[in-house]
Amino acid sequence: MDMNEIKEIFFQECEEQLAELESGLLKLNDGDRDPETVNAVFRAVHSIKGGAGAFGLDDLVAFAHVFETTLDCVRSNKLEPTQDVLKVMLKSADVLADLTNAARDGGSVDESRSRGLVKELEALAHGEVPAPSAAVEAPVPKAAAPVVAVAPTDPSGFQPIPFSFDDFGGEDEPAAALPTYEVTFKPRAELFSKGNEASLLLRDLSRIGEMSIFCNTDDVPALHKMDPEGSYLHWVISIKTDKGEDGIRQVFEFAEWDCELDIKLQEDDAASAEADSELPMIPVPFDLSILDDGPAVAEADTSADVAAAVAAADTASNVMQMAGAAARGEKKESAATAAAAAANNAQAANNASAGQTIRVDLDRVDRLINLVGELVINQAMLSQSVIENDNNGTSSINMGLEELQQLTREIQDSVMAIRAQPVKPVFQRMARTVREIADITGKSVRLVTEGENTEVDKTVIDKLAEPLTHMIRNAVDHGLEMPEKRVALGKNPEGTVKLTAKHRSGRIVIELTDDGAGINREKVRQKAIANDLISADANLTDEEIDNLIFHAGFSTADKVSDLSGRGVGMDVVKRSIQALGGRISISSKPGQGSTFSMSLPLTLAVLDGMVVTVAGQTLVVPLTAIVETLQPEASSIHSFGATQRLISIRNSFCPLVDVGRILNFRAMQANPVEGVALLVESEGGGQRALMVDAIQGQRQVVIKSLEANYTHVPGIAAATILGDGRVALILDVDAVVAASRGQSLKQEMSLASVG
Amino acid sequence: MKKRVLTVDDSRTIRNMLLVTLNNAGFETIQAEDGVEGLEVLEDCNPDVIVTDINMPRLDGFGFIEGVRRNEKYRAIPILVLTTESDAEKKNRARQAGATGWIVKPFDPTKLIDAIERVTA
Repeated sequence: MDMNEIKEIFFQECEEQLAELESGLLKLNDGDRDPETVNAVFRAVHSIKGGAGAFGLDDLVAFAHVFETTLDCVRSNKLEPTQDVLKVMLKSADVLADLTNAARDGGSVDESRSRGLVKELEALAHGEVPAPSAAVEAPVPKAAAPVVAVAPTDPSGFQPIPFSFDDFGGEDEPAAALPTYEVTFKPRAELFSKGNEASLLLRDLSRIGEMSIFCNTDDVPALHKMDPEGSYLHWVISIKTDKGEDGIRQVFEFAEWDCELDIKLQEDDAASAEADSELPMIPVPFDLSILDDGPAVAEADTSADVAAAVAAADTASNVMQMAGAAARGEKKESAATAAAAAANNAQAANNASAGQTIRVDLDRVDRLINLVGELVINQAMLSQSVIENDNNGTSSINMGLEELQQLTREIQDSVMAIRAQPVKPVFQRMARTVREIADITGKSVRLVTEGENTEVDKTVIDKLAEPLTHMIRNAVDHGLEMPEKRVALGKNPEGTVKLTAKHRSGRIVIELTDDGAGINREKVRQKAIANDLISADANLTDEEIDNLIFHAGFSTADKVSDLSGRGVGMDVVKRSIQALGGRISISSKPGQGSTFSMSLPLTLAVLDGMVVTVAGQTLVVPLTAIVETLQPEASSIHSFGATQRLISIRNSFCPLVDVGRILNFRAMQANPVEGVALLVESEGGGQRALMVDAIQGQRQVVIKSLEANYTHVPGIAAATILGDGRVALILDVDAVVAASRGQSLKQEMSLASVG
Repeated sequence: MKKRVLTVDDSRTIRNMLLVTLNNAGFETIQAEDGVEGLEVLEDCNPDVIVTDINMPRLDGFGFIEGVRRNEKYRAIPILVLTTESDAEKKNRARQAGATGWIVKPFDPTKLIDAIERVTA
């Protein structure tokens, strides 16, 4: 593993922490006051900061630090997490996410926004309560003046400063003789109980200069009075060093609270001589080499008991061992069991690090899914050929094959489940969208989510974010009324947008409900007439009017707002949902709001399809597109124009499209009475009857990309391999329908290559 | 003989960094994700030195250090605190809990190895 991989892990972790942060903040927003929630939120920011520091992501560290400081105030109950406070924090979480993304992918962050939030956060840390409305309208000017002055005095806003000893060395005049310090070091018993060791401290000290050590044993009591863990020795060290007193103190950094440490500078030789004469001290050569032999030597010395050590206390090296003995005493006892313990260690370590999840490269999963797809196909081919060659039909091979089929299906389901992920991350991203748009529009909005743990294929999740974002923007921008208007209507001034996900008959259904004004049908109708989408006297049902908003280039907002009206309409949303093999529908009640309902397949790797024959070719029509199938009767077929034909279905006419003709499988239109009509619903809500020669059956097929293996073919979405080993093409219903409107498939291809 | 280090940190990033740094420096590394797990694996892994974070779920670094010091077998083991909390109050609390020393983040491999070598023979 190298640094880049760890960095990758860091960003993955950031994403998790950001999700944790947001959900925690939302819990607090809902009135949760569990200290653990606050702690989790704090930890999330703290972890991001810690990792970011290690990678030198300074912008991220700086912002996380301010954020963390404010969260610390909440954690220590200095700051009440009111709605207004949380509003700032949620926005800060968004900025933190932006900064993380910028750090990962490059790009920039809206600096004025993050600066504004830094000021707001600092203001909160200083006990300033934000003005509810000011936070929305003008965050930057509000906080500017008073906070800047206070910031430097922030006691918890401590910034670690890189500290280097080189600075000291550089300042010394090169010619000057090294100053000599006299260091008195008297450890207390606590020093040893915290795992520090006098010998190691002295060894460290020896590394910063030439020194001589005198060990004072005056305080060592008689053996029977001795506490084996007491501290009876102290040392006087004379050291020549260029590191200064600070450098010496640095050595004792970990120990200075648990010892008496006195450092005196000996001005010159005379002073030093004086000092020497004042103290009954004889420098003793100090053998530190014993330490470098490591624990093996120390542990081998198992027979050295305390008494022996004391008896030999006139040499410094023995003193060292005794000092160490207090710390190592317990260790020796366990030496015998160490080997046995070591054997268990690998396992223990494994157990320790194995969580409930593993991270796997997506490529590996995809490769597995692909292979399982092949397996399913192979199994189908095998059973088909066995059935064809088996006359009595009851052989044990057949039984085995059935079991095999069941197993492969189970394997396929399990493998698909690996890719399945909860929709939670997408839903959480929507919370941010709602906040941002609520801020911009000045509306007050609450996002309620349900069924966030509903699982669906990762590809579906990834592609869901964009249409959902767009729909949420629409719901808040166009759907919800302004707070004043809502109050006038007797509604809660705070609008609610509800996002739910659930599984229903092998698909995932996502619903977006708002409690706004609902669709203004008269306005939609006028607009559709103005845009030539419908004729002025068209008689449309409410549902049909509602569905007009899915038409290309349709926007009911009077002025194109900055948010939802970027030339991207609901038609794009519908198309992206359909591209995922899904459907979208709308229901709306004037004054009560609208509900958009999307039904999506759980996976994009397999498809439920109708296998049909057209001009001797086998095609697969996605089942999601088919509304019904019917056997046309001669009486219901009507000619229209030169080549067009219509079929009358329950008193309405529907264009009849010969798939074989559109795909150029045959030159002449087939006789509709000899075939089967598939009533399909295509993009734009229009219905068409697709003529095919025969229906072979309905089955689940594994999708194989045609683009990846061959090239794009107009009218064909993908390919699959059937049980008999033949390749079948999967029909692109929308393209076929579009072609039937007069634009031929060839044209579309030429357009595609130009544009 | 390789020295064995037990690291306790809830951040996957930091855990990985510790692992790489310590392994490169020739230590054997055993990792736990929080204080509770740290105390659980302590007996089995029999470390020579412990490096722990402070802010962790379930059981924080202070609690973990106190737990280690209460263990008769490990009460004198060197424990280094890996922390961004550089203010004196937090250091003091870690010290009272029984920490041997500390390494202030941002994570720096040289500082880490230095500090470990300072407290282990």
